[in-house]
Amino acid sequence: MKQLTVLSGKGGTGKTTITASFAVLAKNAVVADCDVDAPDLHMLLHPEIIKTQEFKGSKLAVIDKTKCVECGLCREKCRFDAITENFEVDPFSCEGCSVCTIICPVNAITLTERISGHAYISKTRYGFMAHAMLSPGEANSGKLVTLVRQNAKVLAEKEDSDLIMIDGSPGIGCPVIASVTGVDVGLVVTEPTMSGIHDLKRALQLLAHFDVPSFVCVNMYDINKNNTEKIESFCKENSVEVVGKIPFSPKVTEAMVNGKTIIEYSPRSAVAKEIEVVWEKISVLMSKKQSFK
Amino acid sequence: MIVSIVSGKGGTGKTSVAVNMALSIRNVQLLDCDVEEPNAHLLLHPKISRIEPVYVPIPSVNEKLCDHCGKCSKFCQYNAIFVSPEKVLIFPELCHSCSGCTLICPKKAIAEDKHKIGTLKLASAGDLELVYGELEVGEPLAVPVIREVKRQIDKSRNVILDSPPGTSCPVIETVKGSDFCILVTEPTPFGLHDLKITVQVLEDMKIPFGVVINRAGIGDKKVYEYCREKNIPILLEIPFQRKIAELYSKGIPFSLEMLEWKEKFEALFNGTRKLVGK
Repeated sequence: MKQLTVLSGKGGTGKTTITASFAVLAKNAVVADCDVDAPDLHMLLHPEIIKTQEFKGSKLAVIDKTKCVECGLCREKCRFDAITENFEVDPFSCEGCSVCTIICPVNAITLTERISGHAYISKTRYGFMAHAMLSPGEANSGKLVTLVRQNAKVLAEKEDSDLIMIDGSPGIGCPVIASVTGVDVGLVVTEPTMSGIHDLKRALQLLAHFDVPSFVCVNMYDINKNNTEKIESFCKENSVEVVGKIPFSPKVTEAMVNGKTIIEYSPRSAVAKEIEVVWEKISVLMSKKQSFK
Repeated sequence: MIVSIVSGKGGTGKTSVAVNMALSIRNVQLLDCDVEEPNAHLLLHPKISRIEPVYVPIPSVNEKLCDHCGKCSKFCQYNAIFVSPEKVLIFPELCHSCSGCTLICPKKAIAEDKHKIGTLKLASAGDLELVYGELEVGEPLAVPVIREVKRQIDKSRNVILDSPPGTSCPVIETVKGSDFCILVTEPTPFGLHDLKITVQVLEDMKIPFGVVINRAGIGDKKVYEYCREKNIPILLEIPFQRKIAELYSKGIPFSLEMLEWKEKFEALFNGTRKLVGK
């Protein structure tokens, strides 16, 4: 079983548009939406939820006011400034480290588990899907990503699927790291803007850091052809293959408004055709992956 | 006044709004809190005056004192310490620097060492002061770098914070303590979905907010309907125009070339100030 992660560094370059299209084009793949902060893939794939799991990703300190003597030790030792002047725990600052529970001389503080999101196993018209929703403002998105990937793996084994397709989140921090570790291929979707180029470089460094073979796809390449050339020459210098250049088209947004992938909404559009080309290349590369890793 | 520019969805135009607004008013300190992918400097081409490493404390075990009791490992909520009968392994990337292990160790065998996770940069472009951070590639925890960036806040100035995308801990860390948040969205189903999640976060945090609709004209009208139903003020609309996209792609803030926008961004800031009452 192979795993492919679509990432971008910069947000809004078209990860989800491309992953959803791949889901349509792939035969027998399991899709994993690992942007658990702001998942969007379900709006194109319309999954029917089969199973919901509670995600208890983090803990929260709770102070028993009847025991608290307001000595202030917890506030002094808390590295996250999570204890207020009135000896209340600020849930937005508490990282659940438990230091306050051991420092409290009257045992007034305990850690409680908090439900910080939900993971889902679903069925779409193109196969199975693992996804999740972190409760707004919660921490530990990396752990939830790991849970989504585990669910995807179980699904793939059960359904005898040979590919897991992972839609990543923007950035290069904990949820993205959790989305790329141990995968077979990382496809970085970029755009020909100064920010796109800057963020592409960091995303490629991240993949190299975790020893993941990388490929690049330039979305909306015709917005600035000059920058597209810059991306191509940068990739060439660094021996990273550019597997596709997708033109800008308002049809992509139209498809989204209609809740469809561009492949379904406008199969003959230049965008759909180029995504098919990229998919063909990626699937061939995945099938002979051993040769380049 | 401290204003954060936020959006759940990436690529909606946070940095563009933050930079263009910063360039349209005076006495500004702009803090780019997207330390995973900082972009504001790409539009401002600032002169860097200071570069400082960002360290976090991580445990270091004195093997001579350690008797491998394993209490530290059992205590650590982040699985950052592994204790075997022969050895103690520390995983710095997992450590949240809470110092719990140093407190729990009965042999006082654990001290704290510095571990570099990023870089802080102080820069300026004209009278605009820019502070930004860069998370080291491969380090997962952005929050301590964001904290370091925010430590530079100068309250005597008009402080604008450019937030990372999403709705989890890096965003919370950024917007904490803000007087107001400007939510940048686009009028598409993805934009609306992620806007709703962000609204929920800010309501929980009790921070007032308004919306800027970028790429107005694409997509549908549902973001407008949602804002009307929820009584969320729409502070500004930026139309989808090829010229704006092209200027952005070249790293040029569009208000520098399309001068009518300077006034609009100034009005955006002043309107925000009125809503806050500062």
